[in-house]
Parts: sequence; C-alpha cells; structure tokens
Amino acid sequence: MSQSYDRGLIEDFGRWTEFSAGMWAWIFHKFTGWVLVGYLFTHIAVLSTAIQGSEAYNSTIQGLEGLLLVRFLEVGLLAVAVFHILNGVRLLFVDLGLGLESQDRTFYASLVVTGVVVVASIPTFLMGKLA
Amino acid sequence: MSTGITETDDDSTETQTQAVGAARAAGDVYSEMTSEEIEAANEQSRRRTRELVEEADHTVELKVFRFDPEVPEKEEPRFDTFRVPFSKGMTVLDALMWARDQYDSSLTFRHSCRQAVCGSDALFVNGKQRLGCKTQVADLADSGVPETVRIEPLPHAEVVKDLVVDMEHFYDQMESVEPYFQDEDTPDGLEEQYQSRENREKVKMSTRCIWCGACMSSCNIAAGNNDYLGPAAINKAYRFAMDEREGDELTEHRLNIIEQEHGVWRCQTQFSCTEVCPKDIPLTEHIQELKREAVKSNLKFW
Ligand code: HEM
Ligand code: SF4
Ligand code: FES
Repeated sequence: MSQSYDRGLIEDFGRWTEFSAGMWAWIFHKFTGWVLVGYLFTHIAVLSTAIQGSEAYNSTIQGLEGLLLVRFLEVGLLAVAVFHILNGVRLLFVDLGLGLESQDRTFYASLVVTGVVVVASIPTFLMGKLA
Repeated sequence: MSTGITETDDDSTETQTQAVGAARAAGDVYSEMTSEEIEAANEQSRRRTRELVEEADHTVELKVFRFDPEVPEKEEPRFDTFRVPFSKGMTVLDALMWARDQYDSSLTFRHSCRQAVCGSDALFVNGKQRLGCKTQVADLADSGVPETVRIEPLPHAEVVKDLVVDMEHFYDQMESVEPYFQDEDTPDGLEEQYQSRENREKVKMSTRCIWCGACMSSCNIAAGNNDYLGPAAINKAYRFAMDEREGDELTEHRLNIIEQEHGVWRCQTQFSCTEVCPKDIPLTEHIQELKREAVKSNLKFW
C-alpha cells in the first residue's frame, strides 16, 4: 500500500456535536467524578481548621459562606454530585444488563432530575442563612 | 437465464453480440478520435448530466471527502460537491454511484452487494457511521429530500483514497479472537454438531456481523487505544463463547482472550457501537454479558 491520510485526533474521537447520549453520559460522569475528588480535598482542608479549635472553624466557614461565589459553587457542587449519583446508579444497572434499551432515556432523566434538584436547592444555598 | 431455449433468449444473445460489436467499434473509433473530438464528446455528456439535474423534481447535494496521495491536485484533502437527481428509494450508495458515473469516474468507494450483506460501504454520513446501501437519502431529512448529504470516510482509520479507509487494523482485531468454530468432536452417535434451538437463539444476533467496521469507528475508546479489541471482535468472541457446542476448555480459552487487559474491561458503555450497527446487534449488551461471565469464572467461591 502506498501512503494513507491520518486525519488526526478530531477525526479519531469524532466531533462533539455528533456525540450521542451514552457518549455524553460518559464524559459528564468522568468530569463530575473528578470534580467530586477535587472537592474532597477542599472539604478536608476546611474541616481541618477545627483542629485549631471551634473559633477557627466557625470563622472560616462563616467567612466562606459569606461569599456569594461560594454559594454559587455549592449549587454547582450539588448539581455535580446529584448527576454523578444518578448516572452512577444508571451505570450500575447497565453493568447488570438491565434496561439497556432505555439507556439514553435514563441519561436524559438523570439530567432532568439533576436540574430539578438544583432549582429546588437555590433558595437554600443562595438565600439561606447560616445558623 | 436458464428457462430453456426461447425466441427471447435468441434475441437477447443477438443483442449481446451486437452490443459487444458496437463496443469494439466504439473502442476503435475512440482510438481514432482527435483530442478535440474527445473533448466534444465529454462536453456532450456533461451537458446531458446538467440536463438530468435540471429536469429532476428534486436534487440532493453530496459533499464528498476527496483525497488521493498519488494525484497532485488531491494530495490535500478537500470536499467536492456533486448535485444528484433524487429518485424515490435512492440510497446514499446509489447517489454516490450516480456522482461517480456522471461527474467523476475517479471518485472511489468500496461497495459490492448493495444489500447490507458484504459490509463494504460503511461511511460517515452526516456525522454518523452508516452503511451507504442501507441508508435512504430521504431518511436524512426530517421531511422530503435533504438539502445536502455530507459523506466522509470512516473516522478513526487512515484514508487510503477518497472514501476508502485502511481496514487492516479492524481485521486484525477480528482475527485475534479466533473467529471460527474449533471443536472437532461430534457427540456420541451423531454425525453433526447439534445445536439446541435455545442456544441458536442466544447467539443469533451476534452471528449477523458483516465486518463493516462501523462500530469500531464510532468507539471513543477504540479511537484512543489501538490495542482495544473493539465491539465487533468482542461480539465475535461472544458468538463462540456462548456457543454450547464448544467444550468447556475452549470456552475458558475464549474467556481468557476477552478478559485480557485490552478486552471487555476497556468498554465504558457509551453505546455508540450499538447505535450505529447496521445489523442491529446489541453490542453493548453482549459486551456487558461477557464482563459478567468473566467475573463469574474468576470468582469461584461456591
Ligand atoms: C452514591 C454515590 C456514587 C455513585 C453511585 C457513584 C458511581 C460511580 C460509578 C458506577 C462509576 C464508574 C463509571 C464507569 O463505569 O466508568 C464512577 C466513577 C467515578 N466516580 Fe463515582 N459514584 C459515587 C460517588 C463518588 C464520589 C463521592 C466521588 C469523589 C470523591 C466519585 C468519583 C468518581 C470518579 C473520579 C470516577 C471516574 C473513575 C474513572 O476514571 O473511571 N464518585 N462512580
Ligand atoms: S458489529 Fe455491526 S457495526 Fe460492527 S462490524 Fe459487525 S455489522 Fe458492522
Ligand atoms: S454494498 Fe455490501 S453492505 Fe453495502
């Protein structure tokens, strides 16, 4: 055979606009999984301030919650966690070979439920007061 | 035709001879034509093509990927546009063939059976892996005839020329799962390898693979990892691992192949393969079942 043409990474992985439901589910699941791992570190860091006494912990957490940005990030964290859990359960069913025909619909359902939970949480996270 | 000697038969033989004669004569004429005459003949056929396109009720625009390392003008990949008259029942392959026959005889693509049996013409049509001969042009539009149809060679494979990709790697993966029946023994008193109806049903869908490579091309994991067996090869392994006529030892050998590092565990259940398979094989389902079989054969507490 003579030469051939390697169209590069884009052709190998396809164009994201042409991805189907299951492919998006995979990307979102990896993304949310790693965001949760990232959060784990900040979570531990904030909790560790309690080692220096309750004063330090309280002022840290109140300082953080006083920031609007942090409250937005919490909504995002909730979204990420809810999606990861719902899609995680979906993947467990896929692993058991159950409901494979509706794999795309269960993905959309995960998205919709995540959206609903996030909207419902907004009053608590954005407006809610810390006791 | 073998319906006995009839007058029609004689007629057709005669027509054939005449046709061959005419072709020979045409060949002679062609060699005697001057370049002006050839150009005139070409112009005439181009005019005819234009007329056919203008007369058509509906036309569809094909945007076709072109590449040929041996032709200087085509060394740089590009898209060519061909306007093709639409007719009811026209498949993407039909449209391509019309474009090739009327516009550019160098337009290259693989096809043979034209009925979704040979697996030659898996293409990337409007962003999805499909068989050219099994894809109705009309199905590419929400209603009526689509404006344009974009036809590219299968992604995740090197292009040899135009729409032809190098299938060698795909075939290697298929071969690596030993896609053939291996047990020589026949059960006592039987001359044949008897398969129960239930077992036949079990492997039925998996036997339908036509080696088109659409699934492999759609798989993100296969794209990033050339060692991954890929959906088609795993499905082929399933077809034999689930076949009860092969003995336990062989079945275990087959499970060893599919549970190797680049076997079933690479599958991330994205379902892209299942969605593009022109033979509707439930590929992900089969891969998942083999994963469970692999776990079961390794966890023998009971
Ligand atoms: C109820 C809660 C959870 C469920 C049901 C769940 C479920 C799953 C499942 C089924 C997978 C495998 C996906 C696959 O087959 O590829 C997965 C992957 C992953 N999960 Fe979770 N998970 C949960 C919580 C978490 C948490 C709290 C974290 C972070 C600390 C996390 C981080 C990850 C990561 C990083 C991956 C990707 C691993 C990889 O690259 O393959 N998950 N999760
Ligand atoms: S499994 Fe389906 S998509 Fe894959 S090669 Fe066989 S027929 Fe083609
Ligand atoms: S030409 Fe044989 S499968 Fe399409």
